[in-house]
Amino acid sequence: MSRVLRVRLFWAAAAVFAVAFAAACTGLPRFGTLSHPYGARAIAAAFHQRTANTVSSVNFDQRAFDTLGEESILFAAVLGGLVLLRRARDERLGGVRRGRVLPATRLFGSVLLPITLLTGVYIVAHGQLSPGGGFQGGVILATGLHLAYVAADYGVLKAIRPLAVFDVADAVGAGAFVGLGLVGLAVGAAYLQNVLPLGTFGQLSSGGLVPVINAAVGLEVGSGVVVLLAGFLDQAVEINSPDEQDNRTGR
Amino acid sequence: MSGTDAISEYLIAACLLLVTVTATVAALTRDPMRQALVLAMLGLGLTLLFTVLQAPDVALSQLGVGTAVTPLLIMLTVRKVRRSAVQRRDGERQR
Amino acid sequence: MTSLFFLAAGWIFLVGAYGMVTSRNVIRTVGCLAVTQSSTYVLLLTVGFRRGGTAPYFTDTSTRTPVVDPVVQALALTDVVVGATVTALLLAIALQLRKRHGTVDPDALTGLKG
Repeated sequence: MSRVLRVRLFWAAAAVFAVAFAAACTGLPRFGTLSHPYGARAIAAAFHQRTANTVSSVNFDQRAFDTLGEESILFAAVLGGLVLLRRARDERLGGVRRGRVLPATRLFGSVLLPITLLTGVYIVAHGQLSPGGGFQGGVILATGLHLAYVAADYGVLKAIRPLAVFDVADAVGAGAFVGLGLVGLAVGAAYLQNVLPLGTFGQLSSGGLVPVINAAVGLEVGSGVVVLLAGFLDQAVEINSPDEQDNRTGR
Repeated sequence: MSGTDAISEYLIAACLLLVTVTATVAALTRDPMRQALVLAMLGLGLTLLFTVLQAPDVALSQLGVGTAVTPLLIMLTVRKVRRSAVQRRDGERQR
Repeated sequence: MTSLFFLAAGWIFLVGAYGMVTSRNVIRTVGCLAVTQSSTYVLLLTVGFRRGGTAPYFTDTSTRTPVVDPVVQALALTDVVVGATVTALLLAIALQLRKRHGTVDPDALTGLKG
């Protein structure tokens, strides 16, 4: 399709979308409406399951099967990314230039690294009580680890990030979510039904299955983002593709 | 509608305006390296918007993903693509 | 007047799609896709907002406190993180495109190569 035709087609589609969307917006309840029928039912169900964070209750209890689907998309995307980013047969590893780091940056990074990792663990562990959970905590853990790259250099990052371990951890996290669903089947309930003891409302041990699934998701998201970033960092910093090598030998 | 409700709605409107403008700039930026920086700002704007919309959970994941992971991935990809392009051009010049 | 809040999401969607259609660099296309994606979060969360509501956590508030809709937040929350990994997958495809075809311009890709 030619470029001009493509842009014309876009304008036609955009006009249709704009009219239909604007018409749909006038039919919506007004902004800030007081009636949220689904929200009210979800909150009542969260109280019944003694989970103080209703968002976590929706994600990891009331629609846990749906989250399993989303989590599989994440796992498949990480897997596909890794396959595409791995070093091909015609690519060689180049040496990494050691960067100079200001002492202040080094100090800042080495102080912040443990604090960030601790915050990440806290956010995963308190997902059933306060804002947080496996998805957010996992991202914080994965990005926090890369403070080592900012504060030191690529060698240090590689030393504190054994990729083989994170590869396995990613799969274990994904498998644990699937496996936890079987607990429900084992006691004669439905798949992923919250059958663990629910605990006391507002306590760290409340919510039954919710904190356990949160931990599995945190493990999977954290290690998934780490191995993905590692693949991109290797490509950008370390791996020389054939066209880059030709020039190097030609010089 | 009480006073605090009105203030919070003005805040939401201001953040939404910020997000809309940043998103427009991000979509119209041609250079991917600059776009990565604008996307980081968009991530920050979305984090603010989600916070004033009383969604700290979403704000938290948007903060990590929108301001750090996505721009970083785009920058690393651009760097890899540019590195091979620059070296290819250098090689041709020296031949 | 209040539907302006929802229309902003539609605008972000359209401007992101426009960027994707006119892009001459697949990396920019992926960036524009991220913009388009964020419009869905904006729409979901503005629809779920409740006037005078607080965040839907009852750790240290009374269980009668009016809160905003937690269902839309749960929908947006997982997608933010899943979307980032899908972005990574698309960027990895862009890198392969550069390696195998020597270009990142979608218009320069003519026909399939075995």
